[in-house]
Amino acid sequence: MDLSGAEIVVQALKDEGVEFIFGYPGGAVLHIYDALFGQEEVKHVLVRHEQGATHMADGYARATGKPGVVLATSGPGATNLVTGIATAYMDSSPLVVLTGQVPTPVIGSDAFQECDTVGITRPCVKHNFLVKDRHKLAETIKKAFYIATTGRPGPVLVDIPKDITDPKVKIPYHYPKTVHLRSYNPTVKGNPRQIRKAAELILEAKRPMIYSGGGVILGEASEELRELTRWLGFPITSTLMGLGAYPGTDRQFLGMLGMHGTYEANMAMHECDVLLAVGARFDDRVTGKLDEFCPYAKIIHIDVDPSSISKNVLVDIPIVGQAKPVLAELLVQLKASGRRPEAEALSAWWEQIERWRALDCLRYDRESSLIKPQYVVEQLWQVTRGKAYVTSDVGQHQMWVAQYYKFDYPRRWINSGGLGTMGFGLPAAIGVKLAFPEEDVVCVTGEASIQMCIQELSTALQYKTPIKIVNLNNRYMGMVRQWQEFTYESRYSHSYMDALPDFVKLAEAYGHVGMLIEKPQDVRPALEEAFSMKDKLVFLDFITDRTENVYPMVEAGKAQHQMRLPPWISPERELA
Amino acid sequence: MRHIISLLLENESGALSRVAGLFSARGYNIEALTVAPTEDPTVSRMTIVTRGDERVIEQITKQLNKLIDVIKVLDISEADHIERELMLVKVRAKDQEREEIKRLADIFRGRIIDVTASSYVIEMTGASPKLDAFLANLAKDWIIEVVRSGPTGILRGERGLHL
Repeated sequence: MDLSGAEIVVQALKDEGVEFIFGYPGGAVLHIYDALFGQEEVKHVLVRHEQGATHMADGYARATGKPGVVLATSGPGATNLVTGIATAYMDSSPLVVLTGQVPTPVIGSDAFQECDTVGITRPCVKHNFLVKDRHKLAETIKKAFYIATTGRPGPVLVDIPKDITDPKVKIPYHYPKTVHLRSYNPTVKGNPRQIRKAAELILEAKRPMIYSGGGVILGEASEELRELTRWLGFPITSTLMGLGAYPGTDRQFLGMLGMHGTYEANMAMHECDVLLAVGARFDDRVTGKLDEFCPYAKIIHIDVDPSSISKNVLVDIPIVGQAKPVLAELLVQLKASGRRPEAEALSAWWEQIERWRALDCLRYDRESSLIKPQYVVEQLWQVTRGKAYVTSDVGQHQMWVAQYYKFDYPRRWINSGGLGTMGFGLPAAIGVKLAFPEEDVVCVTGEASIQMCIQELSTALQYKTPIKIVNLNNRYMGMVRQWQEFTYESRYSHSYMDALPDFVKLAEAYGHVGMLIEKPQDVRPALEEAFSMKDKLVFLDFITDRTENVYPMVEAGKAQHQMRLPPWISPERELA
Repeated sequence: MRHIISLLLENESGALSRVAGLFSARGYNIEALTVAPTEDPTVSRMTIVTRGDERVIEQITKQLNKLIDVIKVLDISEADHIERELMLVKVRAKDQEREEIKRLADIFRGRIIDVTASSYVIEMTGASPKLDAFLANLAKDWIIEVVRSGPTGILRGERGLHL
């Protein structure tokens, strides 16, 4: 079969089983767009800004586990992708990004819409390619999918000069079934001897703790984690990215840890004597002050990426491998040992944890005449029966979802954890909804974040993605305001959102439904009404208490157990 | 501690900038870097001289290994190894200084490879401290130009870094 470069791109996507491609046309990709014309296999989603395409593909990838695919033109098309690519890179999300480039003979001549896409994206991709020979196009696309989806996943970019896709030049097409790269062999199974050492250490623990991260979700190891945790009877906490891998409603789950983690999770981390870290990377938002992180613990760290191990925190037993086979093997070895964790020590440990938990650190004022953002999230959890796919933007609302929406399933909580990209939530939700049209998909956002990619409301109408948008509108960049309150003596420098649009009218202008909710008693009915409108995108604008803060908080430079709690909670008094 | 890290990497355009970019992005320092194709034209050998404590060097080798174009990484300063650097020095050489410079070059086993009425070019190889010592022995106003390749290195014995 002889195909042009442009046809090769489209055929390769078909052979790869790609369902959606998120893109925006322009000069350098016109040949590819022509090849996309009139075929239905790969459905093209026309975004309103290239950044939206990357977030949609990312949302799709995180919810499905399949790679998200993006197509954009050279120059500004490519540079607009950068935020989304960096977002995917930081959270290890598999994307294949195709960009047009100016024709090879004019590369380097500052041609119209030329930029060094490979150079610009190099630090924020797992790998990238510039295709200079059309005979290598199919193989390069295969490599891109292979690299993006294996090992520690990540975005891979393929930059394709316009002459390579010339419709007049046809060459034989062959799409390889597999590719081998001599320089890339990700480790799958963990070293059995290391796993045995880990099992021995675990069985000797008096105050054990499991700390699970996004790698468990990316590695599809949720079942193994659940089985292991239940067999051990150990307490477990999760990073922001790992929520849902272990059920949020389970008794053994202590809630999220870290800067806005629960009191019991952070205290248990601080006091534990054996820490089992799985698919987590000891991020600064988790560890707090490094010198005082888990001071009494021997640490076991399972990660597919060797460079994540002992990067920030020196570990005692490193295990390089995918979470799924390593956890399965660990459980096999534990069972084979014929031993169980020390029951007496474990029950004393749980007693201590229950005392911390009794503080009920997430309690807030339920009598307020203002809408409390936490209440909205709790009600959202109830109305969606904890089963929705929830995306978010970045800031206070993101933390409240992490704290109050108890995720029981993996891949349901989709947010920008590493890069912290405002504007992520709406396009990500569209990507999720395309993948799961029958499921409830909600974007929880704030009035600041939502405006960063608001144009995608138009895409949502065109492709009939009736998501729900929960806007926690406090008229501030809430997290910025909170930091200014705590560390800048309430000098609210440029964190107030003046001249806000009327979001109800805005939603209506885009062809959707808008609702304004100003009283606590209206929260639940509004949510119920919105979710009953199955075929409508509903924008719920909740006017919330503007001074609400996210607690607990480990402030910068503090150790994980030195949490700032709300003024109405005092561990000294209550736990005395 | 000073470390010499040897890499084999795909001889592809952009591979060098991936390595250099990694060092600048993560704040590692590069004292010297050399790169050239090997006997296999699809593979380049790179030698990087860097400094850092054990943890930094461990991260550097891990991060290098993570680059898709990098095939193998070895910290050769961890093992018994030979290190050589090439230096070309152009010096002012007039009157009685001509003899003195020649003698000095001989002591350091340098060779004079270009001669004019007023200058020499001296070629010298050796471990970097030897080259430093030679330069230290030349009077400052003699030196016109110094070109150093940066160190390269290889393990002693049969053990080697190869595909």
